[in-house]
Amino acid sequence: MSAETLTAQPKPRALVVKDNLKNLAFVLPAVIIFSVFYVYPFFEIFRLSLQSWDGISPTSSWVGLANFTELMRDKIWWSSMWHAAYITLIALTFQNALAFALALACDREIRMQRFYRVVFFLPPVLSEVVVGMIWQWILNSDVQGGQPIGVLNYWLTQMGLPQLVHHWLSDPQTALTCIAVVHCWKGFGWGFIMLLAGLQTIDHQLYEAAKVDGANSWHTFRHVTLPMMVPVISVVMILTILGSMQVFILIKAMVSQGLGYHTEVPVTRILLSMQESGRFGYACAMGVTFGVFLIGLSLASKLLSGKTKQ
Amino acid sequence: MEGPRYKAIGALKSTVIHAFLISVTLTCLFPLFWMVRCSLMTNQTVFTDKTFIPKDLHFSNYVQAWVDGGFGIYFLNSVVYTVSVVVGIVLIASLAAYAFSRLKFWGKNFFFGMFLAAMMIPLPGSFVPLVVLMNKLGLANHRIGYILCMINVGLSMSILLLKTFFDRTPQDLEDAARIDGCGRLGIWWHVALPLARPAIAVIVIFNSLSVWNEYILATLLLNDKTLMPLQRGIMVFQGVHSVDYPILMAGLTIAATPIILIYLAMQRHIIKGLVEGATVQ
Repeated sequence: MSAETLTAQPKPRALVVKDNLKNLAFVLPAVIIFSVFYVYPFFEIFRLSLQSWDGISPTSSWVGLANFTELMRDKIWWSSMWHAAYITLIALTFQNALAFALALACDREIRMQRFYRVVFFLPPVLSEVVVGMIWQWILNSDVQGGQPIGVLNYWLTQMGLPQLVHHWLSDPQTALTCIAVVHCWKGFGWGFIMLLAGLQTIDHQLYEAAKVDGANSWHTFRHVTLPMMVPVISVVMILTILGSMQVFILIKAMVSQGLGYHTEVPVTRILLSMQESGRFGYACAMGVTFGVFLIGLSLASKLLSGKTKQ
Repeated sequence: MEGPRYKAIGALKSTVIHAFLISVTLTCLFPLFWMVRCSLMTNQTVFTDKTFIPKDLHFSNYVQAWVDGGFGIYFLNSVVYTVSVVVGIVLIASLAAYAFSRLKFWGKNFFFGMFLAAMMIPLPGSFVPLVVLMNKLGLANHRIGYILCMINVGLSMSILLLKTFFDRTPQDLEDAARIDGCGRLGIWWHVALPLARPAIAVIVIFNSLSVWNEYILATLLLNDKTLMPLQRGIMVFQGVHSVDYPILMAGLTIAATPIILIYLAMQRHIIKGLVEGATVQ
């Protein structure tokens, strides 16, 4: 028997097992932490959603789908979904249009391009608590000594537009829109960076070729830039949807005094039903419903972007 | 071909573009400027004085926020959480990513798929069972409990980024180390980790940002003021002293400054990492 066939022989079984276990040990810390803090809650939320439980008592009762049928008729829940959808819609249109316009403006030989990039990504690195607090101070609508405290209302009076002075965050009519605008302020820089990175990967020869073919800048944009950008745009859209639907810290930081149900969003409903009403099962049913809804939404937008690509 | 008219149109175009970019820049910077400005005023002047640079600047507000407002404790807590979580993630994720990229073991694809799936599935209400679990384990209102939860939050993305990095780097150095008699763990520590420095930089920055800015788990898990990080502390402070704007603004500045400095120092990595992270997904 030659040396070659000797080494080609399978290793003894005990050695293989030992080798496998040694290698497995590398992923063990990650797998354990992940199982305890992600996988377990993941399955537990489904189980709890079928129960009625106050979070304290040792016993909980099985209620089947009762939580879900109640949720379907819960008017406040559906209005909270609508509020989140409204914020998302504004983010999808206004925020992403702004991000795209800025990315197009920066995708050329332009002075101070680095400076703009650094500044536009500043709001996204700040926390929602900080951003919300700063803006609720700017939008403050209280008056002291006949003079508005908040700088926005102050400017409006100074510019001779006192009719525009408004109770921005305490009027249910405007509170949600203000929150959505601040959300866009915080988020557009992130879409800008992604879209700009996408624009910079487009081969410049394509633009040259379009020019030679006599295309004007609109045609170039419509038939070269846009089709090349579909994958990036769809990623930005999906992440915008997921981020905006789940917004809530900003709302907590901006409207602390509470506005009835006018600024409720799904996550604040889940928190409320868990912390204040002590209905853990119901909170989990909300979480499951909302999660399924979000997955459906992102699948739908993936399909949509696949269609437009063809 | 480049006639004066063509040039004029070009100049006009670039003026319009710059005007647009500069107006957005001002909108980005003004709130931050206003925060710092208001943090230097007194409780009286902050309501009445609207000049851009007020006459008297009260830096003592920062001392008051740090000591009386409790922001000193919150700040130190945030530092402790951020450092421990980031160190934990780098060690645990790099071990796992190295194994997923280089080693063979049973269930490898299953485990990796598990981490991958976690990033695809949004589960907005999962904090409800998580809080129940932490209460059962006695880890609620406990530093360790919060740190472990936050390590879990950053784990999937970090493993994925590092694995992609290892997949793209050649194995030559590791083979050389193996021939020199280096064990698996030694190769990971002496060869793979130093090689992965660029990817680790991205992970460190992103996880630092996310831990420093985290709010929801800090709210649900930590009730003692001595354990709270900054984001939570700000909300507590605002709930108690809702009209003490200069101190609140000083607190916000304390919370925002470290993150802005890290960002300015590391912005190249951040922008690169952001683009890479999204393409991995």
